Amino acid sequence: MLDTLRRRRNRADVLRFLQVGGVYVATALILAFNLLFTPNFATLANLRLQLVQVAPVAIVAIGMALVIATEGIDLSVGSTMAISAALLPLYIGYGVWPAIAVALLAGVAVGAVNGSLVAFAGMQPIIATLGVLVAGRGLALVFANGRLTELFDPTLDSLGNDSVLGVPISVLLVLAVAVIAGVVVRRAAFGRQLLAVGGNRAAASLAGLPVKRTLVAVYVVSGVLAAAAGVLSTARQGASDPSFVGLLIELSAITAVVVGGTPLSGGRVRILGTLTGALLMQLITATVIQQNLPDSTARMIQAAIIVAAVYVQRGRSRA
Amino acid sequence: MTTTPEVIAAPARRRLTIRGRRWRPDRAGAPIVLALVVIGGSLVFGDSFASAQNFGNIALDSSYLLLIAIGMTFVIISGGIDLSVGSLLALAGVLTAYGARWGSVAAIVLPLLVCAAFGLVNGLLIARARIAPFIVTLAALLFARGLAFAVADEGNTVYIIPADLTLTRLGQARWLGLHAPVWLALLAFGVGVLVLNRTRFGQAVFAVGDNQEAAELMGLPVARVRLLVYVASAVLAGIAGVLVAAQTQSGLPTIGEGRELEAIAAVVIGGTLLSGGAGSLSGTLAGVLLLKVIQNLINQVGTLTAYYQQVVSGIFLIVVVLIQSRLARRRLR
Amino acid sequence: MTTPAIDVRSVSKQFAGVRALDGVSLELNSGEVHALVGENGAGKSTLIKLITGVYRPDAGEVRYLGEPVAFARPRDAQAAGISTIYQEVNLVPLRSVASNLFLGREPTNRLGLIDYRSMHRAARETLSRYGISVDVRRPLGELGLGVQQMIAVARALSTEARVVIMDEPTSSLEPREVDLLAGVVDTLRRERVAVLYVTHKLDEVFRFCERVTVLRDGRRAHTGPVAGTTRLRLVATMLGRDIDDVREHGATTFTDEHRSVAGEPTLRAVGLSRRPYLDDVTVDVHAGEVVGLAGLLGSGRTETAKAMFGADPVDSGSVSVDGRTRRRWSPAAAIRNGVGMIPEDRKAEGVIAELSVRDNIVLAALPRLTTAGFLSDRRQADLVDTFVKRLRIKVASTDQKVRELSGGNQQKVLLARMLCLHPKVLILDEPTRGVDVGAKAEIQSLIDELAEQGLGVVLISSELEEVVEGADRVLVLRDGAVVATLRGDDVSEERVMRAIAVASDEAAAEPSTTDAPAPEDPHA
Repeated sequence: MLDTLRRRRNRADVLRFLQVGGVYVATALILAFNLLFTPNFATLANLRLQLVQVAPVAIVAIGMALVIATEGIDLSVGSTMAISAALLPLYIGYGVWPAIAVALLAGVAVGAVNGSLVAFAGMQPIIATLGVLVAGRGLALVFANGRLTELFDPTLDSLGNDSVLGVPISVLLVLAVAVIAGVVVRRAAFGRQLLAVGGNRAAASLAGLPVKRTLVAVYVVSGVLAAAAGVLSTARQGASDPSFVGLLIELSAITAVVVGGTPLSGGRVRILGTLTGALLMQLITATVIQQNLPDSTARMIQAAIIVAAVYVQRGRSRA
Repeated sequence: MTTTPEVIAAPARRRLTIRGRRWRPDRAGAPIVLALVVIGGSLVFGDSFASAQNFGNIALDSSYLLLIAIGMTFVIISGGIDLSVGSLLALAGVLTAYGARWGSVAAIVLPLLVCAAFGLVNGLLIARARIAPFIVTLAALLFARGLAFAVADEGNTVYIIPADLTLTRLGQARWLGLHAPVWLALLAFGVGVLVLNRTRFGQAVFAVGDNQEAAELMGLPVARVRLLVYVASAVLAGIAGVLVAAQTQSGLPTIGEGRELEAIAAVVIGGTLLSGGAGSLSGTLAGVLLLKVIQNLINQVGTLTAYYQQVVSGIFLIVVVLIQSRLARRRLR
Repeated sequence: MTTPAIDVRSVSKQFAGVRALDGVSLELNSGEVHALVGENGAGKSTLIKLITGVYRPDAGEVRYLGEPVAFARPRDAQAAGISTIYQEVNLVPLRSVASNLFLGREPTNRLGLIDYRSMHRAARETLSRYGISVDVRRPLGELGLGVQQMIAVARALSTEARVVIMDEPTSSLEPREVDLLAGVVDTLRRERVAVLYVTHKLDEVFRFCERVTVLRDGRRAHTGPVAGTTRLRLVATMLGRDIDDVREHGATTFTDEHRSVAGEPTLRAVGLSRRPYLDDVTVDVHAGEVVGLAGLLGSGRTETAKAMFGADPVDSGSVSVDGRTRRRWSPAAAIRNGVGMIPEDRKAEGVIAELSVRDNIVLAALPRLTTAGFLSDRRQADLVDTFVKRLRIKVASTDQKVRELSGGNQQKVLLARMLCLHPKVLILDEPTRGVDVGAKAEIQSLIDELAEQGLGVVLISSELEEVVEGADRVLVLRDGAVVATLRGDDVSEERVMRAIAVASDEAAAEPSTTDAPAPEDPHA
């Protein structure tokens, strides 16, 4: 009997390690694989490329992680990216920074709509943000008349493509967002409220927490971050492309969050895990491309990893 | 039994009565709105809307969505969700075209078997491994889409179904003016209604979605029920995919994007509770038709671009669900 | 000697280091009604779940009709003839009454399709045997809890069961419905069915049962014929205390005196109404007073508590604290004005399982610990340490996740959460439910202590002796209305039960108000 208990405890320890550290292990493995088998992988240029490519997803994923921590979901992030991308060329005449401000404000507006539907109208997040996803993409296309618009602005261009001290600005942005998010979750009252609302909404309400306000705020944050990602994406490409920007990014973001160890049931957030999850997914795609494997393989591998990640996680809530 | 005092179980409280409702507004909502929209559309657009041909087109368009939505209804009533149906539609289409080289039978059996396998895996992961349906079917969405592309050689190869195959002739046939997919969808609808409302399995689906722990304690085969609804959903998506392939005579791995969300919208508009335990297929039918009629009407306007169509669709979905939840909440009190 | 229907042999069961059952044996014979009693946390529900296949024993075995069994799921136990009636109505509320009765066993016609007409007919017949007359097509959830419970009984007994386990079957039943249940139990006895009757209402033990087994702290403390024991002896055995001590001081650790208070009430809830749960309820709480709310399950006690705390909206009525009426009442407003509440269901509405003990305790006090949006670690730690010590919360460290704590300690965490706000009034809804004997005594003493210090307390408990011994004044609720107020010497269990019974008789005498006609057939 003692033996089975010991074996059970060992298995529990391994499981717990995988749950927390699984994503890091997987990322390390894939990095090792590439270092060994992919030529030109370990070059600075390549690393920079990978990081820059993952930046928009990472930013969106951080916002998604916060929303998921409240037991919600935000399917509209891609459309918010499109809206912000569509607004940039319309306002760039007033200057780069005003245009960016407008784009971010649009993110606030979308987030406020999402948050209000969830908090005040009591709609299920999946349906509310689904409606906004559909309407938002259409709105973005209306703004842009369905066209791709090129942007020739030096500030914007440097935002998307330049580096400071060798680190691309977009990557610095990701780090800044991650640090702020991490600090807020850990040390700020808002972070505690967020986790409480996601952990047990009824209990949070009975403890006098401003549940509705918190929910609206978290969707606003997600909206702003999505808008920022839209700006970044546009800056990099040098063009605003509302038909394609952010398409299916909600899937990538959700995947990054889940694989990174944040449970869909809410109450816990792993910012670092989310970042690593986004990186892992990016590396899978990159590996597949560089190993000349068909693109479809990347999707299938990602699907398998999602299931594995959640399977491992689910043991934790049982314990 | 010995004489016992009688307990007249009138409404819950003697002094405070619950107003019993004779009519369920949340379920009747969709058909009424549909009727209003159809009448309104006919008045405004006349023959270009209210013609046999246009209605026929709407019916054809709706039939694929209805097939998927029937499966989605079962899944949602059981308390789950299935995000993989759009990708399964595409996969089935590709496999149909791929299998056509071996004849009609292979062209039908191959995609349906593969879809059933997907449904089985989904169901096992959800019902036995107890992983959240959202995640499992999200992964299935990715996997199926990847597989579809892989079979179609990353989209570089488009398999063509020859026109003289039985499959093609049947798939493109018309009886009594209605296309084959419409008939098939109606058949599936009829079978679905029968299964959902008149079989023990159907009752179990409701119970599982209503209160899973209680259903377990009441002795229902909860895991089996949860598994089977995903198989059904996947197979129905497969059937829809086969029909699309037969109609277009090709298998494109890019189709079906977003269909799952459309199906969820139709089901919810039709009055099925997203939280499970209550709903109806007639509501889903109304929801599907409503979505398609609105799309059709927006096209009628002509000057409105497809983009506005999207905006209207999105807002429409939100408004309808808002009204649903308002009515449902009032009823439950 | 006949083989017992159920023979539990020395079973043990452990959960994450907590010993729920330790070498417990029990024999249940056919045609016998056997009582299983014990305090919360004594192991009663664990034992039932072991018998019915929800859990497997870590050691020992369960024999059914002489053969060792290990049911994998409740379904298997049911199929074998062990039927369970649970304390919570485990039915599906959105489905009709008839559906609930026949779920899984619906009558079918030749084509294998459900025959609704005969199902509804059979349902009406079955229910009439229980004296219930109701529209069987109605959703179950629309009916009162008592009726729902009777329907659960009807369902459990509609199978050919050899063993019936009843877990607190009368918690929501009015006296007339309890009489009905008595008839049911009689019939089962005559039909040689073995009945395991789990209850904490000792009167029922003496009314219905032949034998009794007492569990305490996961072990069997006593087993024997009911005729050979007394109520007092059972209570003493359940608590593990001396008989004379119990006789002197009562079953709880509440002090014996009842305080009487004067002056203006600290909290006044007037005319609270919310259809169909509350009907013109008025509650006054004075400083240093313990007001008890007594009544059956479903009588509106929790609804009253939530309305007083602002957690549920009311159709009419008002709440005022220290004479000032608030217009917009909410938990946050209540807390700001010095009112705290511990909810009935700590798992669903109380503790946030994934957060640490510290985070749970400071949760309601966040506004007071925040400067510029950021939390002060030191102030948090100070606050938490103070209350962990004061309430004697047993934790390895305050970083521990609260779900790892025992029920009693979790309850103390919730108490700490409210107490660190220094409230004037504390509403306690079932504060000792699911809490072990030791922690229960501590919590009861704490309530006394708080009242001594001038806190106003509202106490809700389904254990009548807790309310009776703990409260200075008791309001008896039935169907959402206050039917009696008992003070001083009038506060006793018999008076409370009598008040409920009188109110039920009065209600029965009223001409029955028929409701709207049946809703459309959902299966048409």
